[in-house]
Amino acid sequence: MKTIEPLIFEKSVPGNRASPVPESVASGESLGALPRGFLRQTAPALPEVSEIDVVRHFTRLSQLNFSVDTNFYPLGSCTMKYNPKINDRAATLPGFAAIHPYQPDASVQGALEMLFELERMLCEITGMDAVTLQPAAGAHGEFTGILCIRSYHESRGNRRKKVIVPDSSHGTNPSSARLAGYEVVTIPSGRDGCVDLSALEKALDEEVAAIMLTNPNTVGLFEKDILKIREMVHAKGALLYYDGANLNALLGLARPGDMGFDVIHLNLHKSFSTPHGGGGPGAGPVGVKKELEAYLPTPRLVRRPGSDPAQFQWDDNRPDSIGKVRSFYGNFGVLVRAYTYIRAHGAEGLRRSSRGAIINANYLKAKLREVYNDPYPGPCMHEFVLSGEKQKQQGSSARDIAKRLLDFGYHAPTIYWPMIVKECLMIEPTETESRKTLDGFAEAMVQIAREITEDPKKLASAPYTMPVQRMDEVKAARQLDVRFDGQFGG
Amino acid sequence: MDYVPNSDAQLQSMVEASGFRTFEELIASVPQDLRFPELKLPKPLTELELQREMKRLASRNTSSEQALSFLGAGAYEHFIPTVVDYLSGRGEFYTAYTPYQAEASQGTLQVIYEYQTLMCRLTGLDVSNASLYDGASGVAEAAFMCLNLDPDRGKIIVSAGVHPEYLQTIRTYARGINVRIEVLPLADGATRPEDLAAGVDTATAAVFVQSPNFFGVIEDMESLGDVIHGKGAQFVAIPNPISLGLLRAPGEYGADIAVGEGQPLGMPVSYGGPYLGFFTCTKALVHKIPGRLVGRTRDTCGDLGYCLTLQAREQHIRREKATSNICTNQSLMALRATIYLSMLGPRGLHEIAAQNVALSHYAAEQIARVEGCRLPLTRPFFNEFVVKTPVPARVLCEELAEQGIFAGVPLSRFDPARTDEMLVCVTETKTREDIDSYVAALREVARRVEEGVKG
Repeated sequence: MKTIEPLIFEKSVPGNRASPVPESVASGESLGALPRGFLRQTAPALPEVSEIDVVRHFTRLSQLNFSVDTNFYPLGSCTMKYNPKINDRAATLPGFAAIHPYQPDASVQGALEMLFELERMLCEITGMDAVTLQPAAGAHGEFTGILCIRSYHESRGNRRKKVIVPDSSHGTNPSSARLAGYEVVTIPSGRDGCVDLSALEKALDEEVAAIMLTNPNTVGLFEKDILKIREMVHAKGALLYYDGANLNALLGLARPGDMGFDVIHLNLHKSFSTPHGGGGPGAGPVGVKKELEAYLPTPRLVRRPGSDPAQFQWDDNRPDSIGKVRSFYGNFGVLVRAYTYIRAHGAEGLRRSSRGAIINANYLKAKLREVYNDPYPGPCMHEFVLSGEKQKQQGSSARDIAKRLLDFGYHAPTIYWPMIVKECLMIEPTETESRKTLDGFAEAMVQIAREITEDPKKLASAPYTMPVQRMDEVKAARQLDVRFDGQFGG
Repeated sequence: MDYVPNSDAQLQSMVEASGFRTFEELIASVPQDLRFPELKLPKPLTELELQREMKRLASRNTSSEQALSFLGAGAYEHFIPTVVDYLSGRGEFYTAYTPYQAEASQGTLQVIYEYQTLMCRLTGLDVSNASLYDGASGVAEAAFMCLNLDPDRGKIIVSAGVHPEYLQTIRTYARGINVRIEVLPLADGATRPEDLAAGVDTATAAVFVQSPNFFGVIEDMESLGDVIHGKGAQFVAIPNPISLGLLRAPGEYGADIAVGEGQPLGMPVSYGGPYLGFFTCTKALVHKIPGRLVGRTRDTCGDLGYCLTLQAREQHIRREKATSNICTNQSLMALRATIYLSMLGPRGLHEIAAQNVALSHYAAEQIARVEGCRLPLTRPFFNEFVVKTPVPARVLCEELAEQGIFAGVPLSRFDPARTDEMLVCVTETKTREDIDSYVAALREVARRVEEGVKG
């Protein structure tokens, strides 16, 4: 039986160690200050390894990953674009990385200026009136945004009971709405992949607090009736919530604020290219129109009145605020990266990025629509969905296709989502990929389709070139092994 | 500047290859009135200009490389081995995403499995998730989870020793649900079992106690746990993970859940984030746990490997019925914690914890000798403590900041009535000499300010 890289615990040798810390000062006497009953009975079984063990272990583990730095990563709805290295360098400057959240405001004016300017730039890009940078991720932003909506309605005497989401929405949408105390009403999408206006009409009443939309939506189409939707929703006194997962299509091209959205969240790790980090940290700023500003989380960053040059400070005196959604002010290090990204681009660079993203998606879609089913013919925005239904009938599933792609050195698209498309493959190439890369990926997809017609069994055992074969997920859930306790699982 | 590799001519040829004539045809569904708004953004910068701009902003902040910082209160300056930055900066970790495709993500998955194991061992509990956003939101998630366990238990009790921002976050999270939140006051800076006994009842879902608590005091967790379990409520402990190199682990004193701020484990203070919320619990609660979870399993050839597991709890499957709306974890931060703990090992962590105790106690003794300053609390503490100041703490701290010393966090920040108290933190990053110069400056400034106040 092969093991790719042993666990760090299996490399442990009693007495080995790395990272010497300086000799303890006055250790004996002061530890006496602590009652014995407060002291740990057995030391935690951390690994005992040397520095080179650690370096080799984690370097080898890193090499088992696909990543944007090593592979094309067209994971739909995740915007896996290139992460410029200057952004990371900026965030690790000691003037950003080594400042404490409770330092006096006067000692962090550079940080506050940066945050203030980032809020302003995000308002400008999205057409909103005010932004909070506090939420740590997209889902966190959704929850924050829905709580603001709740407070808005409460202040008008009726918090209302329902939140509408289309059946193509991200799972976080209904989940966040529920968490904020709302009943979720799911409406079916139209055959064209967009909001079905008659279904919306039926669901809308005076008890609806908001409708949550992604635009472009999760099949990669711009909601063509958005202005009509705005009218219908606002006529009932409900608010329009924008899930910013797909904002990468619209930078400098159109603004959610202008479309009539009242509350939005952004995913800085998508549209503004902060690294995804293997699943976080992200940042999920929330933007609102003026009528909702009072409800944003505290503290708010303000310019000290009359200060010149400008002085910034935190303001906690917001009686209508929903409160705090986390400690301190947000994922600051991520915010530095997003600021750097926006400053590099300016309006023109952002517009060119979205343009590039849309063109790349359409180019790839055109290359693949002959081979895979195209459920929504016509141009797409920054991403598109294909259906592997034809291939399914020939004996290979969307999962098989995804796994086989790994053998060609490409990360798989998002699969089986949104659920409204059978055998769904959701592809988002992003703007930072060259035509040559797209051509290579298209060739692989075409070849895979050919393999399916010739020998579908081949795909059932893919991937062949990865460090491991397909994982037994059923076994993982049934015989739960979520921590190492010294012996190998069953 | 942008990062689009294709030239404008190439982009146009790609539009044509897609079967269209112009880019505008691709965006035909966007209403004309909405298109191409003018954005008032600063002009684009080249990389060289950008470097200058970021250095300019960074230089307007006083970092702990320039100042002597004794700030803690939820964010702690600790020694970070070079290897942590070096390894976590590898693009293969940094630029990957959530490990949906297990076969192409074994690196990230194994790291999380190791992280989960480390957190279980550190806290003495059975199961760890892959991490949450931060300590405050982690605590709020724990509150949700406990309230969902039993519909007849609609109350939670939070010790006043829990970080005030955590309590604020719980209150925000609770806006959408029916819950009663009771705050248990402290006596001599600690939560008293007899006070708790008076508050906890069979309608209580959970009791939250932080130790070392916000004021630095180590709580009598075992006694508090007995009271909590006597009424069948969940005991949620909020430990400082570094302290667990030395202090009793939540599993040892009977906590059901340990949740808190993972920042001390190899993350820079970075003005409050990104950090990570660690979350461990007993086996009985595993199906209720919020967030991602990695399991070890076998592949079709029978070889060991890792994948995300128990996903049926999560939002992308369960939508509005999920245990939490959380989608990602803080993977990169979990990686940092994993490397950090591997570098330190059990002895290293014990030594760091012991030095925190030794240096903070030395500092406390010296500060207590400064005229007008005293230590109002008498209980054992770990690495931070409250100091009563002869003049308003805020004034004192501002004065000392001008001399390059961040003396402490004025408690008036959290409670306007507490004007003459500050919270002082001392970690292994400070030497005896650092402490001596801090105390000398404090003595001088306290005297000067007091004279100024009197005069």
